[in-house]
Amino acid sequence: MAGLATTLGSGAMTNSISDIVDAEVLFVIGSNTTEAHPVLSLQMKKAVMEHGAKLILADPRRIGLTPFTHLHLRHRPGSDVALVNAMGHVILAEGLENREFVGARTENFEDYRASVEEWTPERAEQITGVRAQDIVEAARLYARAEASAIFWAMGITQHTTGTDNVKSLANLALLTGHIGRPGTGCNPLRGQNNVQGACDMGGLPNVFPGYQAVSDESVRMKFAKGWDVPLDRLSPKPGLTVTEIMDGALSGDIRAIYIVGENPMLSDPDLHHVEKALREVDFLVVQDIFFNETALMADVVLPGASFAEKEGTYTNTERRVHLIRKALEPRGESKPDWVILTELAGKMGADWEYERASSVFEELAKLTPSYAGMSHHRLESGGIQWPCPSADHPGTPILHVGKFARGKGLFSAIEYIEPAEMPDDEYPFILSTGRILFHWHGGTMTRRSPGLDSLAPEAELEIHPDDALAIGLEEGQLAQVTSRRGSIEARAVVTRRSPPGTVFMNFHFAEAAANILTPKHLDPQAKIPEYKVSAVRVDPLVESVAS
Amino acid sequence: MLTAERTVPTTCPYCGVGCQMDLHLQDGYIFRVSGRFDNQVNYGNLCVKGRFGYDFVHAPDRLGAPMMRASRDAAFLPAGWDEALDHTAQRLEAVRQEFGPDSIAFLASAKCTNEENYLIQKLARGIVGTNNVDHCARL
Repeated sequence: MAGLATTLGSGAMTNSISDIVDAEVLFVIGSNTTEAHPVLSLQMKKAVMEHGAKLILADPRRIGLTPFTHLHLRHRPGSDVALVNAMGHVILAEGLENREFVGARTENFEDYRASVEEWTPERAEQITGVRAQDIVEAARLYARAEASAIFWAMGITQHTTGTDNVKSLANLALLTGHIGRPGTGCNPLRGQNNVQGACDMGGLPNVFPGYQAVSDESVRMKFAKGWDVPLDRLSPKPGLTVTEIMDGALSGDIRAIYIVGENPMLSDPDLHHVEKALREVDFLVVQDIFFNETALMADVVLPGASFAEKEGTYTNTERRVHLIRKALEPRGESKPDWVILTELAGKMGADWEYERASSVFEELAKLTPSYAGMSHHRLESGGIQWPCPSADHPGTPILHVGKFARGKGLFSAIEYIEPAEMPDDEYPFILSTGRILFHWHGGTMTRRSPGLDSLAPEAELEIHPDDALAIGLEEGQLAQVTSRRGSIEARAVVTRRSPPGTVFMNFHFAEAAANILTPKHLDPQAKIPEYKVSAVRVDPLVESVAS
Repeated sequence: MLTAERTVPTTCPYCGVGCQMDLHLQDGYIFRVSGRFDNQVNYGNLCVKGRFGYDFVHAPDRLGAPMMRASRDAAFLPAGWDEALDHTAQRLEAVRQEFGPDSIAFLASAKCTNEENYLIQKLARGIVGTNNVDHCARL
């Protein structure tokens, strides 16, 4: 979320799920909302069906939202910046920008204007494959409405240009003033249940909880005091990201890794690389509810309790902090992760005294200004959206009302850069990866539900009929999918959902882990891998008949 | 129809929407899940995962005890909590002594609670002394 933090001053969804129905125009790009955020997509459908909103969808694939769209722009994977820059060009060329807003609340507008000057819809058509007239139509719809809201997910961020993609979308909101009001805003839909909270709580290499920079001495002093540790214990040097940690393991700089509730052996890019890295470290601890693929490589495996067996809070995509409550006793000897961490800290010489999860929350609220007004007690009567700076503050449904978190909204001049790996003769297809409704992430949870697994039991490869015909692949046939990094098998689904030249797989199946294929090309700022574009070849397989 | 001994209101553990729901419990099992209407997030709705995807809580292969092994080639053996945590603390401390705090890395979790993520980074920063903390937000 580096893009939004730079341009607006805060990396989170600006608006709320409840005000989606206030939008006149919804611009959804790189989000397969009905599969990845199904219940939120109901509000989008409601906006369209009951409130007359117009939905502009930008997605290469025909997806669940397609029947609800006014306009579906099927741009080539990785061409988002070209599309969005051209929309900005049209808005300026036709004088549809909100001059008052641009003048009063933004900066760096002239740089932006110059950067989109040459992005005519015709030029963008060459790169995106979207008809120029559709780009013009989308720009007009978005700009002319009283309230337009932009939504995106990993389809925007999982590219080498992910940060640029986000900034280019923020440019549109700044240009039209579609921000800081109900039914507007820049709304990244966060994937995991508590990805927002993990970021808020400083599960990032450069910030303490509340996005307070580790490089800031006054911040380190505050935490040293709050934690009762010597100031020189707290390092001013930003740490490594996940992908850098794996590289560090290979180079010998990282000697021990402690993994809580994650399965990088399934979710990280270029899995062979991760496997080598995890083999290399001297000591590996995995704390999880299951003996997952990563645990297989560990020295110590610690059993955590599931969400139903502990107390705590999750922060959802709209910054709302919710309680989870204990319904069952932890399985066997397993313990809530916060208990395990507290006991380990004790073994390492610290003196943490937390009676309950709510005592941890009390401490973090004191050190995290945006959570300062919250407590488990207050959350008993319903979720609260941060920032919530004091106990009498109602929480904040809409960010940037009247003023941006960073002061003025920052326009960015964004150059289009093509994806790091484009198809060629040897690897002629673009592979895009994503989620499906019936499974979740690495499948640890959903694949243990027989009901869900029977609805979607195996890895599938979506391929367009023209492409299937050209390579002699039939519906239901097993195909070998090969990239420069590895090869997996999947069953062919011949469908017009994916455009010609692009094949699609989900990443929920360990036995056909799509991330064996994906490259580890990273966005230089956000360090997000490019899961949405890798070059592959597809070969039909002849299955041996079981004797 | 089976009636619940009790229901516990909580938050769905799947995606970032954070649907509010009730777990219906009987004999220590979640036998039914229903959406709650008293909120502005899911308005009573749940998706197929949120409504039916909880067999994993009761799965027979849930980890029930700490596991350790002497080397990467050895088999895992169950261990007591004290033994597992003592060993973990000693090994982390040994690596820290020999190679410095920045030779240790922590992966926090987008599936864990705020309280837990807070403690993971507090352990990394406040006890080990490294900012090598990240999670799979990018993935």
